[in-house]
Amino acid sequence: MDSVKIILYIAGALILSGILLALWRFIKGPRTADRVVAFDLLTVISIALMAMVAFFNGRIIYLDVALVYGLLSFTGVIVVARFIEKGL
Amino acid sequence: MIFVLSYLTWLALNWSVETDILITGAGISVVIGLLFCRNCTVLQTVRLTPKSFAYAIAYVFVFLWDLLKSNIDVAGRVLSPSLPINPGIVEVKTKLNSNIGKMLLANSITLTPGTLTVDIREDRMYIHWIDVSSTDIEEATKSIVKKFEKYLEVMYG
Amino acid sequence: MELQLLIGSLVTLAGSVFIFLGALGIVRMPDLYNRIQAGTKASTLGTILSVAGIGIMNPDWAGKVFILIAFVMMTNPVSSHTLARAAHHIGIALSKKTVVDKLKEDGPEENKKED
Repeated sequence: MDSVKIILYIAGALILSGILLALWRFIKGPRTADRVVAFDLLTVISIALMAMVAFFNGRIIYLDVALVYGLLSFTGVIVVARFIEKGL
Repeated sequence: MIFVLSYLTWLALNWSVETDILITGAGISVVIGLLFCRNCTVLQTVRLTPKSFAYAIAYVFVFLWDLLKSNIDVAGRVLSPSLPINPGIVEVKTKLNSNIGKMLLANSITLTPGTLTVDIREDRMYIHWIDVSSTDIEEATKSIVKKFEKYLEVMYG
Repeated sequence: MELQLLIGSLVTLAGSVFIFLGALGIVRMPDLYNRIQAGTKASTLGTILSVAGIGIMNPDWAGKVFILIAFVMMTNPVSSHTLARAAHHIGIALSKKTVVDKLKEDGPEENKKED
């Protein structure tokens, strides 16, 4: 059990540093589209992070949260892309 | 078709086979199927023969293997200090006719790192490729599309 | 049981490595299209692997994990395709290393069939 926990902590640290890198692109990104790409990446990463939190706390309901979050951000990215393309 | 899909989703969400859950799911699935099935002709083009079923399973495995391989390839490109990329937008042709076949093909191409579908016009696809090896239509088609098309053609025509 | 936990956590570790590489790619790549390539899709595989690892460690959750994986696999290529098309439509430049741009050579075309 101990080694499993250590492996999971390393995985969590990697995911969190991935979030930091994506945030850097999100702040710096020269145009709107770059920021949207970074936002998309942040969403996908946080789905993985939510699944991990669900495992640590032993609550299946957090997976539902991840599912709904993915749904909403998918629509968000699509809408922003349409807006960039030709306005609403 | 919609009924089967939503019922399977319901079962996977609950992950139990108690009687009341089964009955409730069947009722909701019937309602959803009746509500949305006026314009679901797009799913009717799926061929339900044993051969196409076997090809669908084979397609999933081919796709997953390709996904893993190309992910490792792109990861190597990102890690190497000189950033060896050679990007460009190339044009490929597809033989698939049905809409859902084209959609699955475009999704597969996009999900495989290194290739990204930018636009579809009739039977041509414009693909952003991270490592262009040839700009000719035939050559590009051969190296990107062929491995997926072989399976999708049997399934959707 | 021990072995199952170990395998699951190793799969999760592999997924998080892919996520980290995707985030690194989104920082290092020179233009938008390559960022989409390296960023969103490496992290898609990473998320799939991480969630699958959680599912291996906790078999009671397999149904929800399966739905989550199917959902991520279906929506992610659509959003990156839409983003790439919008970016090309408003004419975001490709990087200097770009070899060929067939779409620009063929010119714009109205009333496309999709969507």
